[in-house]
Amino acid sequence: MLDLTPSQTVGPFFAFGLPVDGGGDVVSAGTPGAITLHGTVRDGAGAPVPDALLEFWQAGPDGRVPTRPGSLHRDGRSFTGFARVPTDRAGDYHLRTLRPAAPAGSPHAPHLAVTVFARGLLHHLFTRVYFPNHTDANAADPLLSALDEERRATLLAVPDGGPTGPGYRFDVRMQGPGETVFLDLSTHGLAQPPAATTETPA
Amino acid sequence: MSAPQQPATQREVSVEIAAAAGAPPLPGGHPDRAYGPYRSTALRAPRQPLVVSPPSLTELAAPVFGPRDVAPLDADLTRHHPGEPLGERIIVTGRVLDGDGRPVRHQLLEIWQANAAGRYRHEGDQHPAPLDPNFTGGGRAITDDDGRYRFVTIKPGAYPWRNHHNAWRPAHIHFSLFGTAFTQRLVTQMYFPGDPLFGLDPIFQSVTDEKAQQRLVAAYDHDVTQAEWALGYTWDIVLDGAHATPPDPDGV
Ligand SMILES: [Fe+2]
Repeated sequence: MLDLTPSQTVGPFFAFGLPVDGGGDVVSAGTPGAITLHGTVRDGAGAPVPDALLEFWQAGPDGRVPTRPGSLHRDGRSFTGFARVPTDRAGDYHLRTLRPAAPAGSPHAPHLAVTVFARGLLHHLFTRVYFPNHTDANAADPLLSALDEERRATLLAVPDGGPTGPGYRFDVRMQGPGETVFLDLSTHGLAQPPAATTETPA
Repeated sequence: MSAPQQPATQREVSVEIAAAAGAPPLPGGHPDRAYGPYRSTALRAPRQPLVVSPPSLTELAAPVFGPRDVAPLDADLTRHHPGEPLGERIIVTGRVLDGDGRPVRHQLLEIWQANAAGRYRHEGDQHPAPLDPNFTGGGRAITDDDGRYRFVTIKPGAYPWRNHHNAWRPAHIHFSLFGTAFTQRLVTQMYFPGDPLFGLDPIFQSVTDEKAQQRLVAAYDHDVTQAEWALGYTWDIVLDGAHATPPDPDGV
């Protein structure tokens, strides 16, 4: 095993390094089945975080995890499953995408994987966006089923009509009341390699 | 928690850095998100423990990038404008590997940095140092078959920030990396050997293990240096890889 390269904060000045044009357009406007996902990132005092960067990664409506290159520069046709969106001055982000389906054999309910970067975060945070309509799959999901009601709610998108058609709100609370559930997806915390087990810290 | 009336002095922050230096390092040498000497962590580090959970099939795969995403010139930050940027021209090269030593092939690296005077091309940068019309400071590259990358740029300057009174960041280049799994995502900073600001900087010192700190520092490499042209630095990057099985492109 090689020793890992440690993480460092993304800092405040990533605006000319990471965001890309159309970073929130996983599909183009008018695509059948397109949904808007949006929300606000807030800190421990409840203040909007205007300098966060969120990345989303997901399977498509067919349950396939995309393998097509072009995740940064959209061609307007291909679904690459990846979004990168900075928050604006109000701490808001939004993206346009398709609802994911669970890949074949997945023990998890349909979800988007999310990474949160920000000044003041020395190491990014992982979380997930789940959808409330998948009642049975969510009940069987190894992560959701291990959480109490209040914490589970932080991972569920809320249908809200959306500004441009069907939409969901997913807010991120970095700290404090209603703090979003953030994940350790490494093997460090797992007693065994990932299988069907879920463990939560005592 | 109320904000202090006066910003802390370097001496006070250095005492906090020394106190935190004894903490047992986290796995991988990663910083503790609640590291106090870096003040911005106070309202942004989660208070709840992370929920340990196996990655999903989605998280075991990663976005795919290719020639459409990165142009060859993107890796030469000295050629993004008509003129040459000011400063010391450098070559930064190395390999991206996973924890098992396998090269991370054909994956995206992105960098951003201050100019030679220590100024970012960003509206939020208030440092009264000159912008360079010939330098933006962002670059991209895709690793080759061997996991290797190479950037040509200029050496960034140190710059002041407002963490505490008279706080200065050691010269660094920000790096963003993807692996073959979403769980391997890494954003970090590369530093230059022998910087006198290392001991004073809460962000560098948030990595409390000295060996792990050294993994953030590039090595001067005279074999990379090109005569009459640019100084060379080598920096290898190791991503978490304990459970990532890269798909075999040949399907064997
Ligand atoms: Fe920086």
